[in-house]
Amino acid sequence: MSDLERIVVLAGGLSPEREVSLRSGDRVRDALAEAGIHAIVADADAALLALLRADPPSAVFPAIHGVCGEDGAIREVLGLLGVPYVGSVASACQMAFDKPTAKALAAAAGLATPQSVTLPRETFHDLGAAAVIDLIVARLGLPLYVKPSRGGSALGAGAVRTAAELPAAVLSCFAYGDTALIERLVAGTEVAVSVVDLGQGPQALPVVEIVPGEGGYDYAARYTAGKTEFYVPARLSAEVAAEAARIAIAAHTVLGLRDLSRTDLIVDEAGTPWFLEVNVSPGMTETSTLPLALEASGHPFGRTCVQLLELAAARGA
Amino acid sequence: MTGEQQPISQPQRIDRYVGQYAERAVGMVASEIRALFAVAARPEIVSLAGGSPYVSALPLDAVGDMVGQLVATQGATALQYCTAQGDAGLRERICDVMELEQVRAHPDEIVVTVGSQQALDLLTRIFIDPGDVILVEAPSYVGALGAFASYQADVVHVAMDDDGLIPEALEEAIRRTAAAGRKAKFLYTVPNFQNPAGVTLAAGRRPRILDICRRAGLLVVEDNPYGLLGFDGEPMRALRADDADGVVYLGSFSKTIAAGLRVGWAVAPTAIREKLILAAESAVLCHSSFSQLTVREYLNTQPWLEQIKDFRELYRERRHAMLGALARMMPPECHWTHPGGGFFVWLTLPDGINSKAMLPRAISSRVAYVPGTGFYADGSGAQYARLCYSLPTPDRINEGIRRLTSVIETEVQLRDDFGPARPVS
Repeated sequence: MSDLERIVVLAGGLSPEREVSLRSGDRVRDALAEAGIHAIVADADAALLALLRADPPSAVFPAIHGVCGEDGAIREVLGLLGVPYVGSVASACQMAFDKPTAKALAAAAGLATPQSVTLPRETFHDLGAAAVIDLIVARLGLPLYVKPSRGGSALGAGAVRTAAELPAAVLSCFAYGDTALIERLVAGTEVAVSVVDLGQGPQALPVVEIVPGEGGYDYAARYTAGKTEFYVPARLSAEVAAEAARIAIAAHTVLGLRDLSRTDLIVDEAGTPWFLEVNVSPGMTETSTLPLALEASGHPFGRTCVQLLELAAARGA
Repeated sequence: MTGEQQPISQPQRIDRYVGQYAERAVGMVASEIRALFAVAARPEIVSLAGGSPYVSALPLDAVGDMVGQLVATQGATALQYCTAQGDAGLRERICDVMELEQVRAHPDEIVVTVGSQQALDLLTRIFIDPGDVILVEAPSYVGALGAFASYQADVVHVAMDDDGLIPEALEEAIRRTAAAGRKAKFLYTVPNFQNPAGVTLAAGRRPRILDICRRAGLLVVEDNPYGLLGFDGEPMRALRADDADGVVYLGSFSKTIAAGLRVGWAVAPTAIREKLILAAESAVLCHSSFSQLTVREYLNTQPWLEQIKDFRELYRERRHAMLGALARMMPPECHWTHPGGGFFVWLTLPDGINSKAMLPRAISSRVAYVPGTGFYADGSGAQYARLCYSLPTPDRINEGIRRLTSVIETEVQLRDDFGPARPVS
């Protein structure tokens, strides 16, 4: 712990997840303070490089979500500066943040993931949106789930029950990005499995079951305390929970992730967990599942953050 | 770590009081729109969203000296409780300010409030039971709609045009409300350089509006934060000047001095005023003595009329920049209002374009505005956007309109490809 003389928590950024990130960053800072480590929160702005150069930190804890935070960009910069940081390296982030790429790698590793197509805005424009949409419905069937290929917090994402709903859903998706991932909607239990590696290899935390109220696990359900029920551990059989954990560790491993990640899955009625996506900078807010899972497994959140920072500092740039 | 799981029998909802909130708190949830506005506060974004005054134009050194002097000489008063009605000396000066709009009031008629927003809250508190009707302009000030919603009022919008509230539409709204067996409690209006539409109630319409309300027994709440910020000619005569018994006037120093001081006021008929004072006492006991005395000293010692003139010139230049940029760049299907003062331009988007659904793309393109839906109690108004020119420099306004134009053009193409958008929450 003595090595952690100067800690910077990165939070904010310019993505629509800025507000969530600021909450995550504050929570990490506060948890570190409770564990006896002083940290400052810094934004990814024009003052950041000067701040990191003037007094290089022992380690950085990135808590920026979305573009810049999870796409590898800020980690490339930290690498250029020679600053140690918690979490995955830039190249792994780039693969994980791009949902179609992550799905493809997960599928190649034998993980079940819903069938999907990925299409940029231009394709709909050039080929005719109606015709492309007809083709998607004919090929994938219904219901579907539409989301931006990059991004998080369910922004621009939504379920589609009828073919008539699909154009509006794709349009909503394009408000947050120029490429849409359209996948078969798997009905079942929504779960999140966080993976933490404290030096003994990646370990899965207890599976968190997410039971949102009416409207699904949308932005409001994610970040309004009380709108969603969480069961930790999830109400799954031991076998299914173990399989979900195995998938989370496999995704973490196949994507080359480091330190921590969170994998989102759906467990269908037959008990099969389906890989949906993985997050390299999981939410750390009061309503986020990784801190919940840590606490439920007897790992104080602050202490775990300290351990991750110690590992990063020891690892160096 | 999975081996260490300790089953927890009860679900976790994070908020242990989730079942105990009042019905009026149901809508108080995290929203994508608020998340997007968190990004808009960053300097990389050209924000045409928030209606903030350009307080940097104040003589900050002089104000600093004045505040220091205030604490040194009157600190024991400035840092003490005061009466709920507000500092008597400030109320005298408020009477001077209101004379500029031909309102003659006695200091006893004035209640100082925490911005005019608190006056709105107090008025709603003393007049509105859940389900009571309030008539408002279409569109109307989002802060007022928020206050009305918090008391579960039933808001009925009344159409406006370039000359403000349409008298015939007001008559019709009153008639319809009565036909439904209900009575509106008051009309809420921002007659000058309206927020968000930027339009002003024409002088010729003012007596008619007052007459309609008088005949219907309808109280008028005249909210006038921008009245002294007209770009042409003298300030308009306030509605209150012509009907002291039928109009509650709400004033504010937020736009003419400094929003951060949070000093506003209400001038109301005697019985209403007494209730406002009692309601204020229960809400905050009393307002900030320090802020009140700061405003009083500012009015006593600083060239405040000259400062308002400076503000007017600054905002006129920015309004000019915005209207020029809109005219040069916007697609032909867009149109907008031409404010004669205040802070706002009300933009009408091409058919089928939803300003709320478009906001994420705008933020990604580093420009922000307020979707029109915030200014309608029923969430309609998606075809409009409020653009504010008070804070950004003319160069930034130009850049913001350039970015916004590009966003709208993309949105038009998406509309053509997919049809109308589904708004974000």
